[in-house]
Amino acid sequence: MGKKFSVKSIGKWLSENIIIVLILLASVFVSTQNKNFLSANNIRNLLSNTAVRFIIACGVSGCLITKGTDLSAGRVAGLAACLSGILMQRASYDQRFYPGMPEMPLFVVLLIVVALCALIGAVNGSVIAFLKVPPFIATLGMQTLVYGACLVYTGAIPIGGLRSDYTGLATGYVGTRMLSNLTIIAIFIGLFMWFLYNKTRYGKYMYAIGGNENAAEVAGINVNKSKILIYMLAGALYGLTGFLVCAKSGGCSVNTAQGWELEAIAGCTIGGVSVNGGVGTIPGILVGVLVFEVLKIVLQFLGVESSYTYIAQGLVIIIAVALDLRKYLAKK
Amino acid sequence: MAEYRLEMRDVVKQFPGVKALDHAQLKLRPGTVHALMGENGAGKSTLMKCMFGIYKMDEGEIYYEGKKVEINDPLQALNMGIAMVHQELQPVPERSVAENIYIGRYPMKKLLGCIPVIDHEKMYADTERLLKKVRMNFNPKQRLGDLSVSQMQSVEIAKAVSADCKVLILDEPTSSLTANEVEALFRIIEDLKAEGVSIVYISHKMDEILRISDEVTIMRDGHYIGTWDAKDLTTDKIITQMVGRELSNLFPERHNVPGEVVFEVDDFTSINPRSFRHCTFNVRKGEILGVAGLVGAQRTELMEGIFGIRAHNAGTVKFKGEEIKISRPRDAIKHGIALLTEDRRATGIMGVLSVADNISIASLDQYLDMGIVINDKKIEQLVQDNVKKMNIKTPSSKTQIQSLSGGNMQKVLIGRWLANNPDVLILDEPTRGIDVGAKYEIYCIIEELARAGKSIIMISSEMSEIIGMSDRVMVMCDGRITGFIDGKDANQQNIMTLATQFETQPTAAD
Repeated sequence: MGKKFSVKSIGKWLSENIIIVLILLASVFVSTQNKNFLSANNIRNLLSNTAVRFIIACGVSGCLITKGTDLSAGRVAGLAACLSGILMQRASYDQRFYPGMPEMPLFVVLLIVVALCALIGAVNGSVIAFLKVPPFIATLGMQTLVYGACLVYTGAIPIGGLRSDYTGLATGYVGTRMLSNLTIIAIFIGLFMWFLYNKTRYGKYMYAIGGNENAAEVAGINVNKSKILIYMLAGALYGLTGFLVCAKSGGCSVNTAQGWELEAIAGCTIGGVSVNGGVGTIPGILVGVLVFEVLKIVLQFLGVESSYTYIAQGLVIIIAVALDLRKYLAKK
Repeated sequence: MAEYRLEMRDVVKQFPGVKALDHAQLKLRPGTVHALMGENGAGKSTLMKCMFGIYKMDEGEIYYEGKKVEINDPLQALNMGIAMVHQELQPVPERSVAENIYIGRYPMKKLLGCIPVIDHEKMYADTERLLKKVRMNFNPKQRLGDLSVSQMQSVEIAKAVSADCKVLILDEPTSSLTANEVEALFRIIEDLKAEGVSIVYISHKMDEILRISDEVTIMRDGHYIGTWDAKDLTTDKIITQMVGRELSNLFPERHNVPGEVVFEVDDFTSINPRSFRHCTFNVRKGEILGVAGLVGAQRTELMEGIFGIRAHNAGTVKFKGEEIKISRPRDAIKHGIALLTEDRRATGIMGVLSVADNISIASLDQYLDMGIVINDKKIEQLVQDNVKKMNIKTPSSKTQIQSLSGGNMQKVLIGRWLANNPDVLILDEPTRGIDVGAKYEIYCIIEELARAGKSIIMISSEMSEIIGMSDRVMVMCDGRITGFIDGKDANQQNIMTLATQFETQPTAAD
C-alpha cells in the first residue's frame, strides 16, 4: 500500500469531497469579513437548524441506501407539524382548532404524531415492496396525497397559539445554551441510528438489499419486511422532525417543511450515501447536512438574495450526485 | 508490416493491496490464435482490459503495428481495430439483436434530405449478413432477451466481429456454449485467422486451447511466465507452468460414503410448461450427485425451483421423509438447504459490501450479543476461519468483495452457505471461471463436506468435473430428467447420450 498522504491520495480525497472543502473555504472567507459569522448566536442557530434537518435526513437515508427514495418526507413532516401544533394549542387560545379538548402531555402528542407518520411510511413501504411500484412514483404520489390531506385537515389555516411547554422544547437547553434540546435530541437520534445501521441485523439487511437485492433474497433476507420497516422508520423520523419544527417555529402551516426531502437527499449524498445503493454512514450524513446548512448561511452573509440561494442549492444537489456516481465510474 | 501486430511490454497495474500485473508481456502476430492462460488472479483479464482501454496501465508500453500508442478508452480501441468480447456479458435485453450489435454506431440516413435518423433497413440487412457470416440464424428484429445465454454470447461475438477488427479478444467465449456452438465459434475463428485477424483466446479449457491456438502465453500472479508454440504443449505442461507445481490429480481422492436417502424430489414441475417438468430424484447422505446436461436443459431452473426462487405448480420436496413447503429462499434455508447460484455477480455477491458482510449475511443470528447487537469479533473470526480453511486471498475482511478474483468470490460465497451448516448443498457451476488451483481447492472442500455427511447436488457443464467428482450422475435434457448413471460407470458417451435425448414428439397435454 502506498503512503497514506501521497499527492495522489490527497487529490483523490479532494475530488470526492470537493463540495465540503469549497463550502468550508467559503465559510472561512466569510468569517474573516464578518465577525457575526462565528458568533454564538449564529452557531446556535446553525446547530438547531442542522438538528431537525439531520433527523429527516436520517429517515430518507434508509430509503436511499436500498436504492429507493422518499419524496414524501417534507409533506409528511409538514403534516406532523400541523397535527402537533393543533394538539399543542393553548386551552386559552381563542382560535383553537379543538376548543373543548383537554391539554395533552407532550409525550402523548409525540407518540400519536410519530405513530401516524410511521403508518404513512408503512403504506409507502408496502406499496413499494408488494405492489412493486418504483419508490420514486410511490412516494411522489404519497407526497401529493399527504399534502392534500393536510390541506383538507387544516383548511389552509396557519396554526398558532402554542403552549409554552411545547415551544420551550425548542428554546430550552441542557447545560450550555449551545446545546439546545433540539441538538440533544438529534444527537440521541444520531447515536441510535448509528447503532441500528452498524450493530443490528436491520442495518446489515438494509445494506445488503442496497448492495444487491436479488442476492439478498437468495441469501434468505425477507426483503419485503425490511423495506416496509425502513420506510416505516423513515416515516417515524419525519414525524419527529415535524413535531420539533413546529415547536421551533412557534407555529406552522400546511407549507411547513415543504421541499425538505430534497435538502435531505442532498445532505445524504454530500455525506456519502450513494444512489447506487448499499453505501452510507450516519457521521457522513451529519457532515453532509451540516455543510448544506453552512452553505445557506454563507450565501446569506455574502449578501446573496434569498431567491438566488435556491439556484445555488440546486446546483449543489446535482454536483453532489454527479460526484457520487463518479466514484463508481472512476473505480475502473 | 511489423512482425507483431500488437505488443504489450512491461505492463504494470496496481490495485489497492494487489499488484495485478507485474511486467506482463504479450506479442500478437497477425493471423494467429494466441491463447492467454493462467489461474484467476494471474492477470489475464486485467491485461486485456488494459489493451482495450478499460484500465489505464501504471507502467508499460503498447506498440500497435510498430508504432507506440496510448489506449485511453474502449472507443479508441475499437476505432483502432481492437475488439473485445467480455467474459461477463452486458447486453440490452429489451432491444433487438440488431440494435444490440450496432449499439452506439447505428447506420444513419437523412430523412427528407436533412433530418438524420437511424437507417433501420440498413441495420437489419447488415445484421442479417453479419449473422450469416458468423453462421448464426436469428431474426435480427428478435428481442435479445428472448435468446438463451449462449445465444446472447454468440451475438456478442458477432458484434465484435462486425467492427472490422484486427485484434479480437475473446474472454472465456465458450463458457455458456453448447458443443455445436463451440464448433461454430471455431469455424468463425478459422475464418478470421485466414483474414489476418489476431485473436487472443482466454480460456481454462485445455482441450480447446490445444486445439485452436497457435501460440500460448502463460501468466502466473501477474507475471509473464512464457510463450510457447501450441504444438509443443500438453495439458500437464500447461498446468505445471500455470500453477508452478506438478499436479498429479485434477480431482481429490474421495472417501465419502453415501448413506441413506435424505432428500427426495417428486414430480417437480415448473409453472412454465417449457421449463422443468415431472422431475423425480433423490440424494443420499454424504453423496455427491452430479447434474449434467446441455445448456438449456433447465438444470439451474429446477434447482432454483426447489430452492424457492422460481415457482412450481406440482411436485413435492421431502427431507428425511417429511414433506417441506418452500416458496421463498428463506424457507429452504430454514430447512437446511443452501444454493450457490450460477451467476455470482447477479445473485451471489453484494458487490459494494465487504468480505465480512458478504460471508456473514445469511447467518447473522449466530453472531448476536443479547439477541440484538452484532458482535464484530465473532464475524471477524468467521472470516479468518474461512480464509484459512479455503485459502481465500483478500487484502482484509473489510475489502469490497467485488475487487476479489472470481475464485475468491466463490469461496466467500461457499463460506456464507457453510456458516449455516446446511444438510443439502446445491452448487450450480461452482468452478465456472475459476483457475485450476482454486478449482482443486473447491473440489477438496466439496469432498470434505460429503465425507462429513452433507448431501451435495452439483450442476456442472464440465464433463471431467462431473465424471471426476460424482458418486452418481443425473442427466437432464430440455427440462426432463433423462437418466441416472452410477459414478464409476459414467463416461462422456453415456452422459452425452442421455443429455441429447430430446423428445421426438410434442408432449401430450399432462
